[in-house]
Amino acid sequence: MKLSLLAALAMGLVAAPAIAADSVGAGILKSQCISCHAIVKPDNTSLDRLWERKGPDLYYAGSKFNRPWLEKWLQNPVRIRPAGELYTKHIKGGDKEDVVDESTMASHMKLSKADAEAAAEALMALTGPADLLSKGAFKGEKVSMSMGAMFFNKLRGCAACHQAKPGTGGSSGPELYTAGERLQPDYIYSYIKNPQAIDPHIWMPTLNLAEPDLQRLTGYILQLSASEGK
Amino acid sequence: MKMNFGQRVPAFLQAGLLVASSFVFSGPASADEPYTQGALRNYNTYCVQCHGVNRNGRGINSRDMSVQPRDHSDAKGMGDIPNEEIFHVIKDGGLAVNKSVLMPAWGNVMNDEEIKELVAYLRFVCNCGSGK
Ligand code: HEC
Ligand code: HEC
Ligand code: HEC
Repeated sequence: MKLSLLAALAMGLVAAPAIAADSVGAGILKSQCISCHAIVKPDNTSLDRLWERKGPDLYYAGSKFNRPWLEKWLQNPVRIRPAGELYTKHIKGGDKEDVVDESTMASHMKLSKADAEAAAEALMALTGPADLLSKGAFKGEKVSMSMGAMFFNKLRGCAACHQAKPGTGGSSGPELYTAGERLQPDYIYSYIKNPQAIDPHIWMPTLNLAEPDLQRLTGYILQLSASEGK
Repeated sequence: MKMNFGQRVPAFLQAGLLVASSFVFSGPASADEPYTQGALRNYNTYCVQCHGVNRNGRGINSRDMSVQPRDHSDAKGMGDIPNEEIFHVIKDGGLAVNKSVLMPAWGNVMNDEEIKELVAYLRFVCNCGSGK
């Protein structure tokens, strides 16, 4: 596999991958993960493709995740999206409101410590397009948690789709109480500013938020994880 | 996938959702389906999270929301809202029409044509004509 890939590369048959083709981690991604995750930017970024994909895209994982979180999560995956991906496929009408149809939710595969470290290394090398994020945009200032909560819950409506505390809030977006541990600050900032620029057609609105809002919400989410997380 | 449809939800909605899960999503509206498959797909992507698989305002996110999403199957309530206001609220969000911020603005995600098609789809769901 390794040899044939190198041979193919030498013959110009495949585009040079962003990750070292001969690393153990790259081998793990190619053999165990690409059935559900894109590790190369897909040509087709249509809404239909969003419905067909089986897991979130990982071709920009190195610009998104913190490596220690990746290593830990891959060994012991805990649900991030309370209603799965894509939520519409995992819900059903309930007695009162819609509920998650647990029979459609599979648990994520687990890796050994060594494999998780190797896969995390390969994932961190996948940084995605150079203009994906506004690098350095987050100023890193501390924000008041009560102000942050007011904007997150009441004024900007983020809690409709996200949980800032386990068990409270919306379920169609990823939980955010571990986001500070999971995600890089510039990713959080850029995602809040324009989700579709990172993940085309994703079902989070682009709200034209002003700069102070972006700083405040990013800081709040980062601090959440430090204070509120399990 | 098992679906529990509320009694008020007519069979055509069920059919629409079945179409939705089998990935047939283009083509113009036919005479007895006065909405586009694109509008149905957009509704199932962006609106169901709050407005519900049964279009009754009881989406997966609604449990903890301080203002409940509008019941799109309610002919009376929806019939009172003119088409222009429906278009405006989808494009610019609840605040733009003095409603809750919990109804987000979708104007950066869908273009005017897609939003117009959603308005037509909502008229179909509420079975309440073209508004006043
Ligand atoms: C059967 C499909 C499937 C396979 C195979 C799979 N994953 Fe996943 N993966 C998913 C789904 C679905 C999620 C979303 C889980 C959640 O939100 O709780 C996910 C989430 C992730 C995340 C977090 C992504 C995010 O944006 O939050 C990472 C990292 C990840 N997978 C890595 C891997 C790696 C590495 C492999 C191979 C060793 C792998 N996955 C194999 C389906 C899969
Ligand atoms: C209508 C629902 C909705 C609203 C409202 C919403 N989001 Fe999101 N959010 C999402 C979805 C959906 C995703 C990405 C889903 C995925 O990757 O599968 C997301 C992703 C995110 C992420 C990246 C998380 C990750 O693990 O990749 C952050 C940070 C975030 N949202 C913050 C916010 C903030 C701050 C607000 C309020 C200004 C907000 N969101 C409002 C639905 C929403
Ligand atoms: C994050 C949750 C959420 C999402 C997603 C959402 N809505 Fe709403 N929607 C609401 C809430 C809450 C209200 C009620 C606002 C009020 O009464 O103040 C509402 C109200 C409405 C109304 C009635 C407005 C009026 O003038 O009374 C329409 C029409 C509507 N939504 C359409 C849509 C469409 C179409 C979509 C998908 C593109 C959508 N909504 C997505 C939460 C949401």
